[in-house]
Amino acid sequence: MSSKSTTKTPQAERVTTTEDIHPMTGFLRMDRMPHIWCPTCGIGTTVKCFAAALDKENYDLDKVAVVSGIGCTGRVAGYMKLDSFHTTHGRAIPFATGLHLANPELKVVVFSGDGDLIAIGGNHFIHAARRNIDITVICINNFIYGMTGGQCAPTTPLTANTSTTPYGNYEHPFNLPHLATSCGAVYVARWSALHIRRLTKSLQEALRKKGFSFVEVITPCSTLYARRNKLGTGLDLMNYYHDMCEIDHDVHPEDVDINFQENITLGKFVDIEKPTFLDCLEDGYKEKLGDKYLSVRSSHTRELVGHD
Amino acid sequence: MKADPKGVLTGAHYIDGDHACAEGAIAAGCRFFAGYPITPSTEAAERIASRFPFVGGTFIQMEDELASMAAILGASWGGRKSMTVTSGPGFSLMMENIGLGVMMEVPCVIANVQRGGPSTGLPTMVGQQDMMQARWGSHGDYAIIALAPQSPQESFDLTITAFNFSEKYRVPVLFMLDECIGHMTEKVVIPPAEEIEIEPRRLTDKPPGDYLPYETGKDLIPDMADAGMGYRFHTTGLTHDERGYPDMSVECQGKLVRRLMDKINNRVDDITIIRKEKIDGAEVILLSYGISARVSTLSIEKARKKGVKVGRVRLITIWPFPEKEIAKLADKIKAFIVPEINMGQISREVERVVAGKCDVISVPHAGGGVHDPEVILEAIMEAVK
Repeated sequence: MSSKSTTKTPQAERVTTTEDIHPMTGFLRMDRMPHIWCPTCGIGTTVKCFAAALDKENYDLDKVAVVSGIGCTGRVAGYMKLDSFHTTHGRAIPFATGLHLANPELKVVVFSGDGDLIAIGGNHFIHAARRNIDITVICINNFIYGMTGGQCAPTTPLTANTSTTPYGNYEHPFNLPHLATSCGAVYVARWSALHIRRLTKSLQEALRKKGFSFVEVITPCSTLYARRNKLGTGLDLMNYYHDMCEIDHDVHPEDVDINFQENITLGKFVDIEKPTFLDCLEDGYKEKLGDKYLSVRSSHTRELVGHD
Repeated sequence: MKADPKGVLTGAHYIDGDHACAEGAIAAGCRFFAGYPITPSTEAAERIASRFPFVGGTFIQMEDELASMAAILGASWGGRKSMTVTSGPGFSLMMENIGLGVMMEVPCVIANVQRGGPSTGLPTMVGQQDMMQARWGSHGDYAIIALAPQSPQESFDLTITAFNFSEKYRVPVLFMLDECIGHMTEKVVIPPAEEIEIEPRRLTDKPPGDYLPYETGKDLIPDMADAGMGYRFHTTGLTHDERGYPDMSVECQGKLVRRLMDKINNRVDDITIIRKEKIDGAEVILLSYGISARVSTLSIEKARKKGVKVGRVRLITIWPFPEKEIAKLADKIKAFIVPEINMGQISREVERVVAGKCDVISVPHAGGGVHDPEVILEAIMEAVK
């Protein structure tokens, strides 16, 4: 069942006062502002694009849930005015899997960072993609651990300096679109915090997609990544994205590795149809068990948990 | 409310403790299960997998126990009673998200069919060595509920109790079987659905806008809203205030940790399930739980035949520890004798509680088998010397 609504009534309230000038105020917990993110961080930009995508797609916000792990991006759940879950480090995806399967009417979005999703949570990432769990995963990739002070991540480019690779990183980084694709994701895209129009459109597509959709967002961390690597300010990083990002939708995801300060390939790399875990399970059970099968979608929650 | 008849296999069955646990869960209204295969608990997961399609439940085998535990928390917030089943090594992995469950106050049940440890230990053989891990296994201070059955029948009955406690107190409940009970096959009578009492979820009746997810009344337990109900609430593993918002103050931490502990510890009397036998006039009391309590039966009978006045206390609720019940017995007896399949975990707790008022004789066993009843008998005879 789609969680899209045909009317706009449940949408976030529009801003009317001059104090609340940000157009996405209605999607945010304004009583939690100011947020913790540094100036020039790309997480806020991505949150704005995500809110814009929800807005444009006209989702009933009562039926959208955000699940985050730990880290700078892990704080997204705390700022979105949705049912929002700030979970443990690495476990946002399995938590989201349970949430989605318990109530398939919800649109469940995992919003977390590269360290959270791909290092400590890497095993969950590959298995959720393999199962084609119907969730959207937005991965902020800033090449570094921000919250803990700038340590090496599984996405840190070769030779880049971090606090735990003070003489350069000599681990090969993950190519996230390739990883997601090879594990079975049905929608895979990469954008940067500079490409907000395309990113918003891509998030709309990812949200609409049935199955495991994955959007990587390359974002500046000027406080740690840029400073340690003498790359200048946040603006310099945006200029780097401007100069060095190439959009190529037709490239094979195995060819979109990111090397230190070299070009970055952006685009929508995968957009395919494949039955989700729940679709496969329902079809299989209906075939094997016939009328005896009681659909997990038919029995909803109030009746099960009880409320009197 | 009463159990949903769809999930209740009313009648007499000949099943093991693992299967009985699965049936208890289904009868209790469990409709989401995430787990990872591990001996000697796997039969419970298998039973759930085969039964769920007929009752509207969702079963998923996750990639590990970290994921299983995270998934049942998510599913509980999604509005389904949720459970996982494991054994020692998996229990260790679950500790991280058991802590999250405590912090977010998520109703769910974790069954641990204990085997011998440490580490991989004795996968197919009995242990009761996770009793302290159940109490203290996740980091930080918290209170939790743990129950221990001594038969397949109790495995069925008490799994329902575990679900009811988890909903009532909004806390993960640990169901501490052991390999013997898990693999013991006996008659299990499943009553009609209308005789099974089910604790409904404590859902808020406040409208969105007035609702604070962690506001509590006198009982210190917050009312819940499930995801998708329109409350757009926030919940976090960080120290948080009544709104569920992070608050890194010493005051907030003090208030939250105390409440999480008090909501359980203030209700010990309601949570305690304990079986006492021939306590009046007893010289010594044999205190045990799970399979060790059962094995002690022969030792107690033999001691009584020798003229020793042996009382018996069997703990079903292990945590919170029934301190008052045990302390008040200590005045009247020479000793507690505590056989358990570990090197003295609960016996140490008994020692703490009796505080020198009587002897506490631990009868340890390193695991892999049950006590020789003669060894327990010797301990009883030694105690009354």
